[in-house]
Amino acid sequence: MTALLKSRELILALILAIAVAAIGAYDSVFVQWQNISDMLTETSVLFMMALAQMVVILTRGIDLSVAANLALSGFVAALVSQYYPDVPLVLMIATGVAVGLLLGMINGGLIAILGIPPIVVTLGTLAVYRGMIIILAGGDQVNASEMGVEFQAFPKQAFLGLTTPIWIAIGVTILFWLFLNLTRTGRGFYAVGGNPVAARYCGISQGWQEFLAYSIAGAVSGLCGYLWVARYGVAYSEIASGYELTVIAACVIGGVSIGGGVGTVAGTVLGALFLGIVNTALPVLQISPFWQMAIAGAVILAAVVINARAERRPDKLILPEARRLGRTSRAMRRAGT
Amino acid sequence: MPDPVLTLTGVSKSFPGVRALHDVSLSLTPGRVTALIGENGAGKSTIVKILTGIYRPDAGEIRVKGEARHFASPRDAWAAGIAAIHQETVMFDELTVAENIFMGHMPVGPTGAVDWAGMRARSADLLNRIDAPIPPAFPLKRLSVAQKHLVEIARALSHDAQVVIMDEPTAALSANEIDDLFRIVAQLKAEGHAIVFISHKFDEIFRIADDFVCLRDGEKVGDGPIASVNEAQLVRMMVGRPVDQVFPKREVPIGDVVLSVKNLSNATEYADVSFDLRKGEILGLYGLVGAGRTEAMQGLFGITPMTRGTVTLEGRRLSIGSPSDAIRAGISYVPEDRQDQGAILSLGIRENITLANLGKYVRGLFLSRALEMTETRRLGRRLAVKAANWEQRLAELSGGNQQKVVIAKWLATRPKVIVLDEPTKGIDIGSKAAVHDFIGELAGDGLAVVLISSELPEVMGLADRLIVMKEGRMVEEFQRGRWSAEEIVGAATGARKEAA
Amino acid sequence: MNAPVTQESQDRYTVLDRPPWRLRDALLRWEVILVILLVLTVVVNSLVSDVFLDVYNLADATSNFSEMAIIALAMALLILVRDIDLSVAAIVALASMSIGYAAAAGWSPAMLFVVGIGVGLLCGAFNGALVTWFRLPSIVVTIGTMSLFRGLTQVILGDQALTKYPQPFLDLGQNYFIQMTETSVPWLFVPPVPLSFLIFLILAVVFGIVLHTTAVGRKLFAIGSNPIAARFSGIPVDRLRFFLFVLSGIMSGLAGALLTARLGSMRSNIAIGWELDIVTMVILGGVSIAGGVGSILGVFLAVLVLGLVRFGMSINNIPGQVVSVYIGALLIAVISIPRIFEKLRGWRAGR
Repeated sequence: MTALLKSRELILALILAIAVAAIGAYDSVFVQWQNISDMLTETSVLFMMALAQMVVILTRGIDLSVAANLALSGFVAALVSQYYPDVPLVLMIATGVAVGLLLGMINGGLIAILGIPPIVVTLGTLAVYRGMIIILAGGDQVNASEMGVEFQAFPKQAFLGLTTPIWIAIGVTILFWLFLNLTRTGRGFYAVGGNPVAARYCGISQGWQEFLAYSIAGAVSGLCGYLWVARYGVAYSEIASGYELTVIAACVIGGVSIGGGVGTVAGTVLGALFLGIVNTALPVLQISPFWQMAIAGAVILAAVVINARAERRPDKLILPEARRLGRTSRAMRRAGT
Repeated sequence: MPDPVLTLTGVSKSFPGVRALHDVSLSLTPGRVTALIGENGAGKSTIVKILTGIYRPDAGEIRVKGEARHFASPRDAWAAGIAAIHQETVMFDELTVAENIFMGHMPVGPTGAVDWAGMRARSADLLNRIDAPIPPAFPLKRLSVAQKHLVEIARALSHDAQVVIMDEPTAALSANEIDDLFRIVAQLKAEGHAIVFISHKFDEIFRIADDFVCLRDGEKVGDGPIASVNEAQLVRMMVGRPVDQVFPKREVPIGDVVLSVKNLSNATEYADVSFDLRKGEILGLYGLVGAGRTEAMQGLFGITPMTRGTVTLEGRRLSIGSPSDAIRAGISYVPEDRQDQGAILSLGIRENITLANLGKYVRGLFLSRALEMTETRRLGRRLAVKAANWEQRLAELSGGNQQKVVIAKWLATRPKVIVLDEPTKGIDIGSKAAVHDFIGELAGDGLAVVLISSELPEVMGLADRLIVMKEGRMVEEFQRGRWSAEEIVGAATGARKEAA
Repeated sequence: MNAPVTQESQDRYTVLDRPPWRLRDALLRWEVILVILLVLTVVVNSLVSDVFLDVYNLADATSNFSEMAIIALAMALLILVRDIDLSVAAIVALASMSIGYAAAAGWSPAMLFVVGIGVGLLCGAFNGALVTWFRLPSIVVTIGTMSLFRGLTQVILGDQALTKYPQPFLDLGQNYFIQMTETSVPWLFVPPVPLSFLIFLILAVVFGIVLHTTAVGRKLFAIGSNPIAARFSGIPVDRLRFFLFVLSGIMSGLAGALLTARLGSMRSNIAIGWELDIVTMVILGGVSIAGGVGSILGVFLAVLVLGLVRFGMSINNIPGQVVSVYIGALLIAVISIPRIFEKLRGWRAGR
């Protein structure tokens, strides 16, 4: 039981469940299917972006350029829709993903090959990627009327009661889970971030894992770029401005350690869900939506403080009595599981 | 005797300023345990790193089952059947036991997916083979140090290693845990593995080893069956030259008590450390790695404040809550870990030397470069620091010169008591002699010196008095002239009490 | 065994006081690169546009970056000791809002500045306490407090704007603090200087002196280079880091006051996104994100380069975000070019 209570994911899930139940009791609108479906559709991009960011953070990195990447690749997808309306939808989406992947690979190359700190690289590319939108379009935006009908309809379609963005988010989440848990490369992210020296002893290449992480973050940003632009029916340079920090916040709330090597798919999904629920719950509770950001901030701080407490390392155990005590307390903890 | 599974012939390795190994040859036989013996810095770790593909030798040959091999990476070494259990466990705390065993070569199913069930089952098998019923799905961070060692052994076995290297596996283990480990070593031996066993504890070496190889200053100074030598002979081989010739002890008049420490304790690391230290005296602090010597002295210096005990300096009770308190009172501590704790490599010599008492070089509001320079020149010359200029960054100096700069930094604070923690660890022989000479000089100038050292000849050569620590406590005190190497080592390992 | 080597002569083993001056070293300094960039910026801009070199235009241009630049000075010290403060723009917002309400309550201009600085101080102390007491990574803490501070501003302010300020307060932000004064010599004159730029100049000098000539400054370099060794040398590492966060808060509060006075109105999205621009200034100024390397002169030059590039492009009607492309590319280029050379040299030496 104690082990279950120690699981961060479970605590977070419990808190969320209690919160949902309480808000639902206050106003049943909140737990109606339509509201939940809206909330999930709204949060689907955050799910995917947070998972991709988690992979980057696992390698002890950070990618501040994801939102700019999302805006640029979404914009390119919208341009394709505007100027080549006959191109099949799949190719339009693929264009977005490909642009995102390319931008991610640029980040990865600069970080893994030249060894420039990730925060510097992605701060630079953040500015470049967003600015490229203006250069590409000369300051114009692509409006709903200029994008293809099918292009915009796709994210609004529902299938078996769920909208396509939710399905895509579910698919991407499953893929991430499979990749991170069932492949050697996936476990390699944990190894490189957890202990780079040990990873080297195990023959795992840090550079390759880093390159891969930023490329994945890029491709996912590209996919989300299409979804964002198509769903809101507008593409311009300011979309998702500042969103990179929301994405990182979801990771931190989900228990991803900024020091690398720690983080789970379930935790990150819950972290994103948390932010999604907060956003939807406020209007239901008749609280001003302006509380959104303050609550997110408070939750991030609470999450890091709790994480740090859990991660704090004890003193060395040299005295025999201390070693015995250390062991017995460990043994007791284990017996309690 | 079966053919050797692995031979090293004429292996040499140098680093800038240090000759780590010179022309070392050895061979390992299946089913036998070879003890690798030598002091810190004798080259044992370098051999381990060469065998595991982390370093490449400058010269010499590695043959596995008679076939010459070059290890370009750790993977090559595994492939050749060599696996090591490192001194500091290099593992992944946040991952599970099974993943730690198989990281880098996880079993995959036909789809390319990691076969978790198979990996856990194989981990359980490996752990059962060494009688270590640790659940493979357990996160590693919840294991004890001893259990982590067992996981490392399982990792070595997972490579199907013919040669298993154990680098001080018992340093942090209790007596029972050591028994368990030795049972496993005996079992591996019976299964035909060749084992390299590195330890400072002679009782263990005589218990487990079949052969020995003794290194000193990077050279092999002896080898053969362990049965052909006794402990005294091994100590002499390790230490080399008769002690007193190498370290000419200065005759220094010993004055009044300067520092008086009573019952220094903290919760988990050291307990009831008490001693008096006199002007001009050098007090040696000997013990195995991890005996709590460093921790106790860092407690005295305010790094990890003590929870109990009193410190009196020249009759005045001190309360030391931080290093700056200690520095102000006149206590200096030259840390063991030069790279991380002592030197600031990216700053220059002047900036390092003046760092611990910057206030002294301030005129008005500003630092006076002239004052800094005067002190730098004075101490730099006194310690014979070799550099192109006093602004040269420490990263560009040799280890020995870096250490001299670090010592100079602490002398600049004009201390009354100076604690030197392994001051000659990892520096070349030339600088070593200079540092030894200098320690004597300090005592001659009236400083009270505490010398922590794991090198027996060093403490025996320099110290007036010697305290031996074991498992966080003082176990025995020796006076100069009334000690022997065997007695001291015996006290530190606990072998002596059992014999008595 | 020829000439007897005495102790004396060994002592005279000569160690120079400082490295011999070499042109190569002097030219490869980061500040020199920045000066070249600055000269290029000025030359290109004045060739392209004849209004660039107008003193009034330049004076107005400085007020567009001075508030950010003031914060950049504190950020430089934080990055120097391996920390970062991403909450600075949110502190600007919170401070600006407090000033707005205080102004509405009829406080004097001087008190408005005190309010701004006081709010900044409290926010900075909150950051510093979280980072040093709980030993948390500053990047996460300040992402959190960024949300919190900006969020509080939104909660209190909603979508309204605060627009009532005493005229003397607005004058401080909108008029030149030093007026244009011409002398009889045509090229000798006192240029017009806005208050924010004047404060930036003074602070830059003060920060430069403290960092490069005092004991505190030396300690900061030591912490940034090796925090553990610094602690072992008796430097109160956590206390200094705490003070730097407080300082960063104070500078943000001051910048908030100046910005509010200049704009004459504030909304909850004031100064949004500034944190990344400020970090860019500091990194381009040569402060290493890995800690222990940097100079205030470098940051000062980088501020001017970035400010003039923006200004030059704006008078040529190039939109702000296109300017960002150049600035982002510039940032990556100046950081990666030395590394590329290093790599090439490494390969050549390795083969």
